[in-house]
Amino acid sequence: MADSVIAVRGVTKSFSGVKALKGVDLEIRPGEIHCLAGENGSGKSTLIKVISGVYTPDEGTIELNGTAHSRLAPIDAIMGGVQVIYQDFSVFPNLSVMENLALNTELASKRKLVNWRRFRRIAEEAVAQIDFKVDLDARVGTLSVADRQLVAISRALMHDAKLIIMDEPTTALTKKEVDALFRIILDLKARGISILFVSHKLEEVFEISERFTILRNGEVAATCLPEELDRRKFSYFMTGREFEDGRFTLTNRSDEPVLEATGLGLQGGFEDVTFALHGGEILGITGLLGSGRTELALTLFGAFRADAGELRIKGRPVTFHGVRDAVDAGVGYVPEDRLTEGLFLERSIGDNIVIAEIDNVAVSAGVYDDTRKRAEADRWISELRIAAHDQDNAASTLSGGNQQRIVLAKWLATRPDILILNGPTVGVDIGSKHDIHQILQQLAGEGIAVIVISDDIPEVIQNCNRILLLKAGRIVQELDPATTSEAQLAALMTSDTTGGQQ
Amino acid sequence: MTSNILESRPVRAITRDSHLVRLLGMLVAIVALFALVKPESFLNLRTWQSMAIQFPEYGLLALGVMLTMMTAGIDLSVVGIANMTSIGAAVLMLSLAPEGASGGQVALAIAVSIAFALVVGALAGTLNGLLVAKVRIPPILVTLGTLELFTGIAIIITAGKPVSGLPPAYGEVFAGKLFGVVPVPVIVFAFAVAVVGLVMNKTAFGTKILMLGTNATAARLSGLNTTGLLVRTYLFSGVLASLGGLVMLANYNSAKADYGSTYTLLTVLIVVLGGVNPNGGSGRLFGVVLAVLILQVLSSGLNMFPNVSNFYRPLIWGGVLLAVMAANYFSKDGPLLRRFSRKERSA
Repeated sequence: MADSVIAVRGVTKSFSGVKALKGVDLEIRPGEIHCLAGENGSGKSTLIKVISGVYTPDEGTIELNGTAHSRLAPIDAIMGGVQVIYQDFSVFPNLSVMENLALNTELASKRKLVNWRRFRRIAEEAVAQIDFKVDLDARVGTLSVADRQLVAISRALMHDAKLIIMDEPTTALTKKEVDALFRIILDLKARGISILFVSHKLEEVFEISERFTILRNGEVAATCLPEELDRRKFSYFMTGREFEDGRFTLTNRSDEPVLEATGLGLQGGFEDVTFALHGGEILGITGLLGSGRTELALTLFGAFRADAGELRIKGRPVTFHGVRDAVDAGVGYVPEDRLTEGLFLERSIGDNIVIAEIDNVAVSAGVYDDTRKRAEADRWISELRIAAHDQDNAASTLSGGNQQRIVLAKWLATRPDILILNGPTVGVDIGSKHDIHQILQQLAGEGIAVIVISDDIPEVIQNCNRILLLKAGRIVQELDPATTSEAQLAALMTSDTTGGQQ
Repeated sequence: MTSNILESRPVRAITRDSHLVRLLGMLVAIVALFALVKPESFLNLRTWQSMAIQFPEYGLLALGVMLTMMTAGIDLSVVGIANMTSIGAAVLMLSLAPEGASGGQVALAIAVSIAFALVVGALAGTLNGLLVAKVRIPPILVTLGTLELFTGIAIIITAGKPVSGLPPAYGEVFAGKLFGVVPVPVIVFAFAVAVVGLVMNKTAFGTKILMLGTNATAARLSGLNTTGLLVRTYLFSGVLASLGGLVMLANYNSAKADYGSTYTLLTVLIVVLGGVNPNGGSGRLFGVVLAVLILQVLSSGLNMFPNVSNFYRPLIWGGVLLAVMAANYFSKDGPLLRRFSRKERSA
């Protein structure tokens, strides 16, 4: 009996001269829950692809169930019980649960005709393995993210899996769903199936992982037990940098409020939202997905029209008839999903930065000054330390952290009084996250009123001077981050204090 | 000095864009081929003059289609607008300056009719723009509908017959030749290209419509007035189409509801051949101009071979479009080689 399901020894892999993996070792024991962590570009995905046989390593061996391979074909990996569940789960959203589950088996046995009874039997067996209750005839596209994930897990288990690799499995799940997922994983572990989590967030998988392997620049920075890790060490191993977790301190609070909302409401979004925001503050608004946080942000930014209540900016009542009005009133908004809502991926970095203030770099009659535009873009590239070689390159050529800085630059260029950020550091690596936090604190220090909408608990506690807790469209509590612990806030977010509603 | 020009930004922008380089190469190759095979008829001022009278008709229409396609839309109604406005202008011209009118009266009638045509073109484009931006009907449906609508109006006005008997002065000026050499239609086209070029490269509007075409949501959330931008783009296209109509009116010395009916798809072909992304957000005016020239040289060149019938023209045009698209696919930065390099990396 081998003492490891899979053992990767001294694997090196380079792509056109760039080494993505340099002598990496990784060993996963039967029934072990192992976490593979690392920043974007650290080699995590390459390593997974080596394990699943997609890439052939340049050097090193992969030992699968005790047999050493120098090249592993994808089919060998599958026969050896390695299953990968990617972030998008690779399910067919337009097919039913039953079809999704049975398709592989049917294709593998090379059947030409469809037997629906056999389909159903295969699917029933598959969901029974994890005791997953689901309507087999429902279309997968209509299921929740968590259920789609369970479909993918059921499917993976059908092939006599020994090791299931899960790529960022908890990102889009609610707390309850994560708990349910973890129960299933513990059950799989009890049956001797190993799990490899891939993640770049410590919080997500800390409570369940038994061992960590942390990659940095293609090398193993650390292999350790959870007892040996805390957030600080984790960040250090991932980035090689020590971060001062500088807490935000209020230094430049304006006397008069910049933004006041009174009884603000939006049908189907939120109701009776009242708060005042002063210049120099960083106000956290936190709540789960569906709490109305995004609707509130978009209403403050003029994209939605509030149907109740009043909004005042610098004491004057305002009605926004569209985003332009809000921008003219000095509001900027960094959206939740930068790829679909914030960036013009194929356009140049320069155009992306100046677009919101393009009419201001224009000289008379809409004719603009290319030199001025370029100078403006370059200024923000250096100010926010955006790693761009040439502002003529497309925005898509940059990493997530740098893209987020472009969106930030776009708004800072309009010199806003109020900056609203919805999930400012979702999907950016630790280094950039730290830098973005520094920038926000610095902006508040310069007197800008900042609203951070986020469910990243450490983020709001560290960077805000006040936190509003949003639940089912209502502000249920105002918290002082100085006296609130992360655990307390997490408990408050998920508890049922609104009575009845979820 | 030469190296300075070669390294200047506009030239670099062209040489950096491999699609433009290919189009340019293709144009040179076609011209060279015809010049070698049929030097006496191809290298002849008359040939080039007749080309310069023809291509502005659909070239002007293509410019409008290009602008709308950059916003991720399309304008299929350009031919309808061109015919409707040219018929309107012709009818107005005839009523203001009946036979035997004085020279001053004719001049005034022509000026008023041209202004009228441009205004009607602008209104027609505005209608397209409002339906696209406000009512949110997909552009392809809106403009297919208005193509029928405008053509229908043109048929009703004329009862399907051509409107002719225009004051000769109109044709003398607009189908004439400047200094007896340069046909006026090509000057109109050059003027329109210059205006569109200035708008695209020197105004915020040009950048904005490309940004809008790239990502409409992000454009809205960046505070752009997306409705206004779309309306103005379709309006612009309508004005260019009416200009095309006026050129056709001069070239044929008459107006009819079904002139240029093959131009609808031809303009789309030109714009795509010119490298404008049908999904919006990218494209270059220079590429579209090259595509217009390529198709005109091809069709004029083929005319010089009596045994190649005109029936071959669509076949050859379609072939050119597919060849250029395939060349993009196989090129260094095209999808095919990118896939190869990825394979190489993964091997």
